[in-house]
Amino acid sequence: MTPLDAKRPLQLNAQGQLQHFLSLDGLPRELLTEILDTADSFLEVGGRAVKKVPLLRGKTICNVFFENSTRTRTTFELAAQRLSADVITLNVSTSSASKGETLLDTLRNLEAMAADMFVVRHGDSGAAHFIAEHVCPQVAIINGGDGRHAHPTQGMLDMLTIRRHKGSFENLSVAIVGDILHSRVARSNMLALKTLGCPDIRVIAPKTLLPIGIEQYGVKVYTDMTEGLKDVDVVIMLRLQRERMSGGLLPSEGEFYRLFGLTTARLAGAKPDAIVMHPGPINRGVEIESAVADGNQSVILNQVTYGIAVRMAVLSMAMSGQTAQRQFEQEKAQ
Amino acid sequence: MKLSILGARVIDPASGLDQVTDLHLEAGKLIAIGAAPAGFSASETIDAKGLVAAPGLVDLNVALREPGYSRKGNITSETRAAAAGGVTSLCCPPHTKPVLDTSAVTELILDRAREAGNCKVFPIGALSKGLEGEQLAELIALRDAGCVAFGNGLESFRSTRTLCRALEYAATFDLTVIFHSQDRDLAEGGLAHEGAVASFLGLPGIPETAETVALARDLLLVEQSGVRAHFSQLTSARGVALIAQAQARGLPVTADVALYQLILTDEALIDFSSLYHVQPPLRTRADRDGLRAAVKSGVVSAISSHHQPHERDAKLAPFGATEPGISSVELLLPLAMTLVEDGLLDLPTLLARLSGGPAEALRLPAGKLAVGSAADLVLFDPASSTIAGEHWLSKGENCPFIGHSLPATVRYTLVDGRISYQA
Repeated sequence: MTPLDAKRPLQLNAQGQLQHFLSLDGLPRELLTEILDTADSFLEVGGRAVKKVPLLRGKTICNVFFENSTRTRTTFELAAQRLSADVITLNVSTSSASKGETLLDTLRNLEAMAADMFVVRHGDSGAAHFIAEHVCPQVAIINGGDGRHAHPTQGMLDMLTIRRHKGSFENLSVAIVGDILHSRVARSNMLALKTLGCPDIRVIAPKTLLPIGIEQYGVKVYTDMTEGLKDVDVVIMLRLQRERMSGGLLPSEGEFYRLFGLTTARLAGAKPDAIVMHPGPINRGVEIESAVADGNQSVILNQVTYGIAVRMAVLSMAMSGQTAQRQFEQEKAQ
Repeated sequence: MKLSILGARVIDPASGLDQVTDLHLEAGKLIAIGAAPAGFSASETIDAKGLVAAPGLVDLNVALREPGYSRKGNITSETRAAAAGGVTSLCCPPHTKPVLDTSAVTELILDRAREAGNCKVFPIGALSKGLEGEQLAELIALRDAGCVAFGNGLESFRSTRTLCRALEYAATFDLTVIFHSQDRDLAEGGLAHEGAVASFLGLPGIPETAETVALARDLLLVEQSGVRAHFSQLTSARGVALIAQAQARGLPVTADVALYQLILTDEALIDFSSLYHVQPPLRTRADRDGLRAAVKSGVVSAISSHHQPHERDAKLAPFGATEPGISSVELLLPLAMTLVEDGLLDLPTLLARLSGGPAEALRLPAGKLAVGSAADLVLFDPASSTIAGEHWLSKGENCPFIGHSLPATVRYTLVDGRISYQA
């Protein structure tokens, strides 16, 4: 018997290039910057009449979504198509899983169809790690969101949004507002901002929506919206799920909006050129006022556009990391 | 058969004996320590120079998985594994299918265990029918069939009043009740200790208060009912502090910890390895330090494996979808010896927590080397080492220690003077 828990850096190949994209934890600043630079170059592709580049021609990408998604799924599909890959999308929540097939079996079946890359969204934290570790070492795994743990492409598209509007991260104050506890977006954003050198990361939420030990992310905790938003450059609002009202986390949507909703008046406390972000889908009147969501400081729709470019960057980089790793292994074998 | 074990360092924590001497066994009993009785001539001898001879280990929680979960383990496989870990007596929890709440299931387990002949097995009966926490199981019928204590596992009673009555009923007949104190509501949906690691990984947490709130309540109910109580599988420093307080005010309660809780912390979860998914969860370094101190001081008088073998598939899923538990009874002695190696306990104290301590907690006829008592022994080489997993007897391979080099090697395990395991 061999140890079942042999530790290895899963995401990076022997040369330190991306071969899976599971989480932003442990990825160096240079790599995150490379993703942003690559995404920047792909943004031009989106502006052309012919929106395709042939980088992933002949490759097959499976989007496997165990949880519902519109935005993430569609932008991953578009990203893959613009890279000239063949794409299939499976909503597993409505097919195999309901027939009792295990996650492992579902993915092995897809692997047998000679897929080169899986984009996976799953409700369990750590699902993408599990898949990368146990299912298919030859196939690049891209995390499209796992439980409360990570949503690294969302994290990177948020970083691209900030960089394109603010130039850099070195002198910024960024506030993340709302349900931090249940949010994989918040976790990925905090990690990315820290790695990229943002000096002032704030989280604003009531104690019931803050995870224990949040200080480990190097953030400052505020429970008062006015105080937390003072002079910030970027406001990232999080979606508040309806089910949070049960179980005593919050009394009502109304009270949450009263305390933590982003209104024009509250936004006035931020820097005059502050931008407002939201991973979507937004709840108007619950976490954000319509006038703010649709206002000139809002970059919520830009985020969606940038999301395609970031996903193109991640898909192409992970695929080339996999190819390099296969070559490296072949050379070593010879 | 007459057997002499020659030249071992004999350690019996119960009597304070610790010297190099000989042991003489006849008809399953230890009949002399030191010189052989007049007229005794051994038909067989074991040259035990360099070995330690100690009371066979007593493990208060080894899931045998039979009846009902044969894909995970069975009585033969798991008692063989236990013998390899130096265990001569073990208690099996009531989580079988059907639940261990009838004398029929008790007898089945005892029969199979006798047939296997690897270990003495002492079943823990269910305190409530089906472990559902609503109706009392037939405790006296279970006692008469061979159950030595009663527990409800982590499945708590729905009503505190019902629990209170169960304790009073058990107290009437001087039965021992085993608590796995964990507040159901506070622990609901949790997968890991509620702390920085779980927050980072996005795993739902089980707060320390899930243990302490339930423990405080249970201790008060024990005090009121006067029932004999043993608290099993404590995980937190504050939890053992509550036990210490209760003992200090004269409440005769005992406690055990899982051996892996003395070694691992929640930091082991950082790569989502399902091997570290256990219930109750691994907690912080401060908690581990608190547990270690309580074991040293004797507030916690027993260390148990809390062995939970699983089939491979049970651990092959994303963390939250895997089944909790570690298979480690066959490493009990060498793994426990890491505590001596690390200077946390001296050898006699460790052996006390692995034999006399647990035996006393549940009043088991085991755990000491006394002339005239059953010859249940372990002989181990403290200078040798064990590569965990080199041989593996348990059906459950869900053990995070596999591959590690551990101090000491079990050479012989003897049950009633008969060799049940030999390396």
